[in-house]
Amino acid sequence: MVRVSTEQIKRAVKRLCLQANQELTPDILDGLKRAIDTELSPLGKDILDQLIVNAKLSKDNQMALCQDTGMVVVFVEVGQGIFLSGVYIEDAINQGIREAYQDYYFRHSIVADPFNRENTSDNTPAVIHTRIVPGDHVRIRLSPKGFGSENMSRLTMLKPAQGVDGVKQFVLDTVRGAGGNPCPPMVVGVGIGGTMEKAAQLSKEALLRPVNQDSSIAHIAELERDLLASINRLGIGPQGFGGTSTALGVNVETFPTHIAGLPVAVNISCHVTRHQEIIIYPEVNPDD
Amino acid sequence: MIELAPPLMDTSFLTVGDQVTFNGVIYTARDAAHQRLISLLDTGNELPFPAQGGIIYYVGPCPAKPGEVVGSAGPTTSSRMDSMTVPLLQAGIKGMIGKGERSQEVIDAMKCYGAVYFAAIGGAGALLAQSIKKMELVAYPELGPEAIYRMEVKDFPAIVAIDGQGRSIYEIGRQQYESGGM
Repeated sequence: MVRVSTEQIKRAVKRLCLQANQELTPDILDGLKRAIDTELSPLGKDILDQLIVNAKLSKDNQMALCQDTGMVVVFVEVGQGIFLSGVYIEDAINQGIREAYQDYYFRHSIVADPFNRENTSDNTPAVIHTRIVPGDHVRIRLSPKGFGSENMSRLTMLKPAQGVDGVKQFVLDTVRGAGGNPCPPMVVGVGIGGTMEKAAQLSKEALLRPVNQDSSIAHIAELERDLLASINRLGIGPQGFGGTSTALGVNVETFPTHIAGLPVAVNISCHVTRHQEIIIYPEVNPDD
Repeated sequence: MIELAPPLMDTSFLTVGDQVTFNGVIYTARDAAHQRLISLLDTGNELPFPAQGGIIYYVGPCPAKPGEVVGSAGPTTSSRMDSMTVPLLQAGIKGMIGKGERSQEVIDAMKCYGAVYFAAIGGAGALLAQSIKKMELVAYPELGPEAIYRMEVKDFPAIVAIDGQGRSIYEIGRQQYESGGM
């Protein structure tokens, strides 16, 4: 039997939390550097420079890039051919987060009840999306999501006749409404199709794709480029102080949908847009 | 660069877009702490820190590692505090440091009480933490990262985002660089 222990998953989650919170991913860092070259506002350029200094300080001093170390969102793909041994997988994931947020001095931002709002004091639970996939591996994608940007996200159910223009209008309205709040230059994740919750989930998954990687579907890649160009004409700029670098990238994910519907979700993320992933293969066990 | 040393009794010399640095004492308060502060004022009590000329920083820092002052400590979104800001300005607060736009109600009250809204760079928490030299708890330890702290800052950078005349960098900047859209 091919076996993956949930202890391996816990250790992986802990490491991904550390990497995600302390190190800008190469796609985001490159995006910021490219933005410095193209930004028309001198103040905007200066802010982009400081964001790169921030990334360096965070890495050198082993500090969180941003104090909002987020609510951790975890996408887990479990290969159908493996057996998971050890404690329950969601407990293992939450334990990895608990250890990371305590050991690495990240902020605890989770409250146990939306109304009573008592802090759980260990940044758990995570939001976990699990899917069974073909194969003999476990793939974990992890994103600590800050709420300055999460709060600016929106979902709508368009009519099919509104089509691509309706989608563009909704995305632009959402970004315009977000303004300086989500710490621009932002990353915009768009989920189109499926049902209401499927669109929302796709918009989050879209944020896990590197911003320098286009959709593999030609007309969706074109939509991504059109949206990015339109967003960068809105004038919001770095921190909302005005400028031409409002977004570093727009990622769109799609799914088949119903004849009567065109669900669209826009998940806004900030200039640190943390995303890390790992694929875990089974431990070789001579007894099996 | 304009150096500011709180308490700040007069803010009329500050204009939108001015780059400033803070040297001295500021107080942290965000969502949950604001609710507590408003109930204190509603019941006729004093704030747990000096209000006259005071500066409030909207922040919930990461915990400090052993031997360090504070973890990452950048601003949070100010608009969540909009509905709880006017009573604090009435009580004497002259400046707020955060990120993002403010409501018209807050801007009108800022004009009325001569207060200024400063923006620090959102998401630059590691950078801003370098300017925080001392931090001590003032109130509500049970709120964890949302407790009120007294921070001694040196060369803490910010920009005048909305001045005492109500002029906003968010409007002016966007208009300057907007080029159509859809």
